[in-house]
Amino acid sequence: MAVLLLAEHDNATLNDATAKTVTAAAQMGGDIHVLCAGSDCGAVAAEAAKLSGVTKVLCAKDPAYGHDLAEPLADLIVSLAGDYDHIVASATTSGKNVMPRVAALLDCMVISDISGVHSADTFERPIYAGNAMATVQSTDAKKIITVRGASFDVAAMDGSAAVEEIGAVANPGLSEWVEDKVVESNRPELTSAKIVISGGRGMGSAENFELVDKVADKLGAAVGASRAAVDSGYAPNDYQVGQTGKVVAPELYIAVGISGAIQHLAGMKDSKVIVAINKDEEAPIFQVADYGLVADLFDALPKLESAL
Amino acid sequence: MKVLVPVKRVIDYNVKVRVKADQSGVDLANVKMSMNPFDEIAVEQAIRLKEAGQVTEIVVVSIGVEKSQETLRNALAMGADRAILVKAVDNVEDDVEPLTVAKILKGIVDEEQPGLVIMGKQAIDNDMNATGQMLSALMGWSQGTFASGLELTDGSATVTREVDGGLQVIKIPTPCVLTVDLRLNEPRYASLPNIMKAKKKPLEVKEPGDYGASVEKRLTIVKVEEPPARKAGVMVGSVEELVEKLKTEAGVL
Ligand SMILES: Cc1cc2nc3c(=O)[nH]c(=O)nc-3n(C[C@H](O)[C@H](O)[C@H](O)COP(=O)(O)OP(=O)(O)OC[C@H]3O[C@@H](n4cnc5c(N)ncnc54)[C@H](O)[C@@H]3O)c2cc1C
Repeated sequence: MAVLLLAEHDNATLNDATAKTVTAAAQMGGDIHVLCAGSDCGAVAAEAAKLSGVTKVLCAKDPAYGHDLAEPLADLIVSLAGDYDHIVASATTSGKNVMPRVAALLDCMVISDISGVHSADTFERPIYAGNAMATVQSTDAKKIITVRGASFDVAAMDGSAAVEEIGAVANPGLSEWVEDKVVESNRPELTSAKIVISGGRGMGSAENFELVDKVADKLGAAVGASRAAVDSGYAPNDYQVGQTGKVVAPELYIAVGISGAIQHLAGMKDSKVIVAINKDEEAPIFQVADYGLVADLFDALPKLESAL
Repeated sequence: MKVLVPVKRVIDYNVKVRVKADQSGVDLANVKMSMNPFDEIAVEQAIRLKEAGQVTEIVVVSIGVEKSQETLRNALAMGADRAILVKAVDNVEDDVEPLTVAKILKGIVDEEQPGLVIMGKQAIDNDMNATGQMLSALMGWSQGTFASGLELTDGSATVTREVDGGLQVIKIPTPCVLTVDLRLNEPRYASLPNIMKAKKKPLEVKEPGDYGASVEKRLTIVKVEEPPARKAGVMVGSVEELVEKLKTEAGVL
């Protein structure tokens, strides 16, 4: 019994999501081996070796693995699959891209976005935008899984696993990376931040979104957005919280000018404390809020910034 | 070039989901069903490619219950040319797993030989986000997932993908599988004349066996439950009161 766990990283640092996935993997039973695949991921492998419960780190360095392209990465994982009963990754865009491909190549179903582990073959996962929780039992020989980070705590960094360099497998040559369009930010990452403040369509414009940014900077918070705010160009796509965006569960989530559609709630309703600021007292967001403030955001946000 | 667009009939995204008392699943009897919103975006993209002269024929496929015909007619009314219904289950509450769907689609792709498959990134019922990647794997093709931008040139597709860090642009050879994200386009509504015309467009009815596939279940549903409810909150009268409560009562500031 062993688990192969795909590390999520940018060749420089290990993503928090991996430490959360390790916690889920530990509940599946057996040794945990972490696979670090990247163009130059030695430092990341060394970091992964410290994750509590990890017994071995496999490090595959090759330019083909530099940009999370699904086709070469899936082939590498499949080449290692023989030794494992579970193959898991974080339910990040990268994990969601590659794991169903791995599953199909192994003639297995993928068990996407699990929020709980009941036993080695039985898992809980949200369906219908989190309006129902399904418990599913897999009859596949290998369980191919992606893990919802918001549902698991980060594993401690008290381990000291051995790092083993492994070779690359033949690149299928099916895809070519062109460019990444990434906005650099000094704010914490949305999915690991302790406080998240999100703006919705009520913000009215990209310029007005700065009102949210200013409060975020006071709080050391990450900034999120509703789909409507992203679609309208007020915020970049990677800010989207919800059923089809990011799932967050911070200590404090502040929703500003967001109505509270189920698709948005799907991404934030497991936050510890929820604050809603909306000028419409009937807005559904108030039904999930611990603290609701009926107010015009253009009045409330500057006040909030100065009160902090 | 021919394009294949798989579409799924799902609970309408505006409907409030009710979990059944016996925990066997979600109540789908007498609720409004619609085309999966991501699949509408996929159909729209195929139509735009046809309008731009890059595509000659759009074939839409649905795998599910008999009634998925309605979803197919809707896609035909939007502008698809022909439809295939694969009757895989009798009960609307029997969701067909992505692996089975991908195997049936592979049979259809082998027969139809499209240059491109465009599909939704995720179905809003099982939220699996898997079928496109699985089909791509079974075909040995490239995959361009979570697409918010697409450019087709001779023999390749340049795909802008929505990823956690922002956007990633990749170039992949065709034939390939694309899965679309919300911001690729805004789907059109079918006009009344087009709805009438769609009734006469060809729709073939098939069975999984016609493609050498069978409907298998790898995941058994043990139970389906309501998510835990949040406890009722309070309304505050001012920003000052809010900050005070967050500091002293909630202890999060
Ligand atoms: C397939 C699919 C997937 C989706 N996925 C997601 C997802 O992942 N995430 C997501 O968020 N949505 C998603 N949606 C969209 C979702 O259904 C809603 O349309 C969206 O969340 C609405 O965003 P909003 O609350 O910002 O806008 P609206 O619903 O328009 O709400 C705006 C709110 O702002 C308030 N407001 C306006 N002006 C002010 C002011 N001056 N001061 C205070 N309040 C003000 C209004 O009272 C209103 O409540 C999805 C939809 C579909 C169909």
